[in-house]
Amino acid sequence: MDHLITVNLKVNGTDVTKSVEPRTHLVDFLRNELSLTGSHAGCEHGVCGACTVLVDGEIVRGCLTLACQLEGAHVQTVEGLTESGAIADLQTAFHQRNSLQCGYCTPGMLVCASALMDEHPQASREEIREYLSGNYCRCTGYEAIVDAIESTMKNRAAGKALAGEDA
Amino acid sequence: MNAPVPGLKPTTYIGQDTPRANARRLLAGRGQYVDDMHLPRELHAAFVRSPHAHARITRLDLSKARQARGVFWCGTGHDVAAVVSPWVATLTHFKGLKSAPQYAVALDRATWQGEAVAVVVAQTRAQAEDAVQLVEVEYETLPAVTDMETALDATTPVIHPDLGDNLAFTRSLDTGGVGDVFAGAHLVVEDTFRFGRHTGVCLEPRAITADYDASEHQLTVYLANQAPHMMRDIFAKHLDMPESNVRVIARDIGGSFGIKVHVYPDEMAIVGIAKLLKRPIRYSADRLESMSTDIHAREHRVKARMAVDKDGRILAFDMEDLTGIGPYSVYPRTSAVEGNQVVNLTGGPYDFRHYIASLKVVFQNKTPTCQYRAVGHPIAVAVTEGLVDLAAQKLGMDPAQFRRLNLIPDDKYPYTSASGLKFEQLSHHACLDKLLKLMDYPKLRAEQAALRAKGIHRGIGLAALIEVTNPSALFYGVGGARISAQDGCTLRLEPTGWVTAITGVTEQGQGTEGMIAQVVASAVGIPVEHVRVITGDTDVTPYGGGTWASRAAGIGGEAALQASKELKSNILALAGAILKRDAAGLDLRQSQIVERATGEVLQPLSETARIGQYRPDTLPREFQPQLSVTRQYGQRDWPFVFTNGIQASYVEVDPDTGFTRLLKHWMVEDCGTIINPMLVDEQLRGGIAQGIGAAMLEEILYDADGNLKNATLADYLVPMAAEMPDMVFGHVETPTKSSELGAKGAGEAGTAGAPAAVMNAINDALAPFNARVTDQPFTPERLLKALGKV
Repeated sequence: MDHLITVNLKVNGTDVTKSVEPRTHLVDFLRNELSLTGSHAGCEHGVCGACTVLVDGEIVRGCLTLACQLEGAHVQTVEGLTESGAIADLQTAFHQRNSLQCGYCTPGMLVCASALMDEHPQASREEIREYLSGNYCRCTGYEAIVDAIESTMKNRAAGKALAGEDA
Repeated sequence: MNAPVPGLKPTTYIGQDTPRANARRLLAGRGQYVDDMHLPRELHAAFVRSPHAHARITRLDLSKARQARGVFWCGTGHDVAAVVSPWVATLTHFKGLKSAPQYAVALDRATWQGEAVAVVVAQTRAQAEDAVQLVEVEYETLPAVTDMETALDATTPVIHPDLGDNLAFTRSLDTGGVGDVFAGAHLVVEDTFRFGRHTGVCLEPRAITADYDASEHQLTVYLANQAPHMMRDIFAKHLDMPESNVRVIARDIGGSFGIKVHVYPDEMAIVGIAKLLKRPIRYSADRLESMSTDIHAREHRVKARMAVDKDGRILAFDMEDLTGIGPYSVYPRTSAVEGNQVVNLTGGPYDFRHYIASLKVVFQNKTPTCQYRAVGHPIAVAVTEGLVDLAAQKLGMDPAQFRRLNLIPDDKYPYTSASGLKFEQLSHHACLDKLLKLMDYPKLRAEQAALRAKGIHRGIGLAALIEVTNPSALFYGVGGARISAQDGCTLRLEPTGWVTAITGVTEQGQGTEGMIAQVVASAVGIPVEHVRVITGDTDVTPYGGGTWASRAAGIGGEAALQASKELKSNILALAGAILKRDAAGLDLRQSQIVERATGEVLQPLSETARIGQYRPDTLPREFQPQLSVTRQYGQRDWPFVFTNGIQASYVEVDPDTGFTRLLKHWMVEDCGTIINPMLVDEQLRGGIAQGIGAAMLEEILYDADGNLKNATLADYLVPMAAEMPDMVFGHVETPTKSSELGAKGAGEAGTAGAPAAVMNAINDALAPFNARVTDQPFTPERLLKALGKV
């Protein structure tokens, strides 16, 4: 494993250049090379979704993506989405509704939910459940997570409607 | 005529849906799980694990691994045994329980697939894992004991020859006269129930970083664990160190559910190697290691029967439980507890006097089993409720009416059950009434009948339960386990008027810290935002048991309440000294010192605290403010403070495919004083989801040679968002008189009852086909077999 590959990418808006082993997964790269420990490795099989991050706006599994594949890509993690304020309303809704317990699945859940809200801002509860079906949570039984996403979507829609009236 | 009081009134957070403060950092991705933290000069460990269920190690060659890049150290079981002494997991109150000495890393023989046989330490985890591949191990495979049904046969090899046989523990219970009752009964129903092996599947795998500082002979262990003080004692004992030189720190924990409350051999090895190498050593299990080395639970086969009189009254239970626990009893809580609980809890909600039970706990070459959320309860509840529904069906009685007839009357307490359990005050009938109303039972039955006529097969299942919470020392301490039965809370008034609460109960996401903050804020008289809670550090917190057996609110909450009352009294004494008033006429409300009678604001607490800390020179010479207090609490009135509840499941079964759709789930529960209704409901909900996993999906599968067949999350199925029904909750509050707070636990009742409710609902749906399932999980294949279609 002497061979290293240099990869240039953007992580949470910041340019990053690193030399990585070809086998290094994105989640390990984020955690070990960049100390972005919000993304978690849960199953290492692409099943549990704890490592979910955005790559060029699409949700991907950090445990199934190799860091060296990401030349020129833009990776967004829970840390970046938190600092930009992009999911502040969703995080508040999760907090108020206690939509998390141990918190280990939560960053992946938030990233996944934020993609859902962008793609399908009027999703029904069933559609929310279906969209989250790649994200495992052992603690909550999911209902509070669905509640928080649903209420955030409604608030965003109401906010947009209000903004439209103002304009 | 009383004029309205113009001043401040007392406020309380007890009973409020207060969001928990510590959730914010988890939402921001700022959690501090063990694997998130790094220490200078740390090294990474990886284990060589046995691919065989039972095998003698005939050659173990570390030479190639030692030459590998980045490798710092490699060792065998013997190398680790030089620093970590073995253990035998028995307790004296389980008479006859036996087990063999277990080593951190196997010495000469592996006894389950996944047991560590060697360990590699390297600069990075990847290097350590690479080097594991270079360790050469030759095995002589030995016959594997896998089937618990034949584990005691004369022809089956004995796993530990020194023990004489494969029987770890046996227990019999007989109230007397049971045979005659069965012989004379109007109806006897019987069945056999099988329960798949499960594991907790914490999303955060087990993780540990151990740091040994030789200069101070100090061991610091960062560990995802529910019982830091228990682990400190164990590390000290098996590393032969003074307990005070060991510090265990449990920060954020990514799920636990009882999985992270046991001693794991690989974690003992890490601690030993850290001491040996005098360097920080870290290890985090991968998912395959989690599935094969986290404790398993619940592999039981129960044959049971129940006698009923002509009016439908339960007369007696007869139960025989067989369970397989793997090759060792798990340290230090032992693997006898689960089966013991099944014996204790069977029939638990019902009023009957005759009971006979026998339990056999046998060794096998599979992953060791131990306590996982709702220990024993889901088995006892499924057996009991399965027989109850069967009897109701045979008698042509409505299952709700059958329960109303047989549940222990709410005015018959204190009550001692046939198995000897003591109940302070339960509320089965109030809960049943509330449940039937909540789910609109008659309407649901009508809907079911109407749909059945159209060929849609829905079923309704009920399951009453009791839950062991707030344990006394009779759970472990009496048997010699050094597991604290009490817990403490230290409160410190800060000069700002805020309070720091430091408690021995721990947080794994259930909301322990939020619960403590609500109790303290309410009892001291300050906003909840002014309470900061610290948990999970044996150098800092009062000695205590931690969080397990649904004890955090009931035990830790009471300690926090008593500490709060004392701190408040001390604050008022200080305020009295400052204000030159009688403290008895003062109160503390919303961070203001007020006149008790009128609520008139006299001084902000921040000012009182400032003077107490910085200007004691202004106080009378003889008055010393006491602004830090500690109170401890152990529950001593009852062996356990039981809770009760009842669940209902509504399902639709497709008789052509065998698929079951969960439509809705209800639960009414009585956990005494509810501190935070939202947190209690989320405990019930998450617990029910785990119980549904048991009923519908989860089963660890082994082949006849002891090979674990589904050790990934792609193969071992857990409940996901799309499969979970919406759940509706109701509560009855019967505070326990064993504490002033009155809180009982709520962490396990969901898991305890959900499998039984789902089973009864499925069988209700299958009733027109004369079909019935009792082997969990209730897979489509098992339903189709029951329907005679495959």
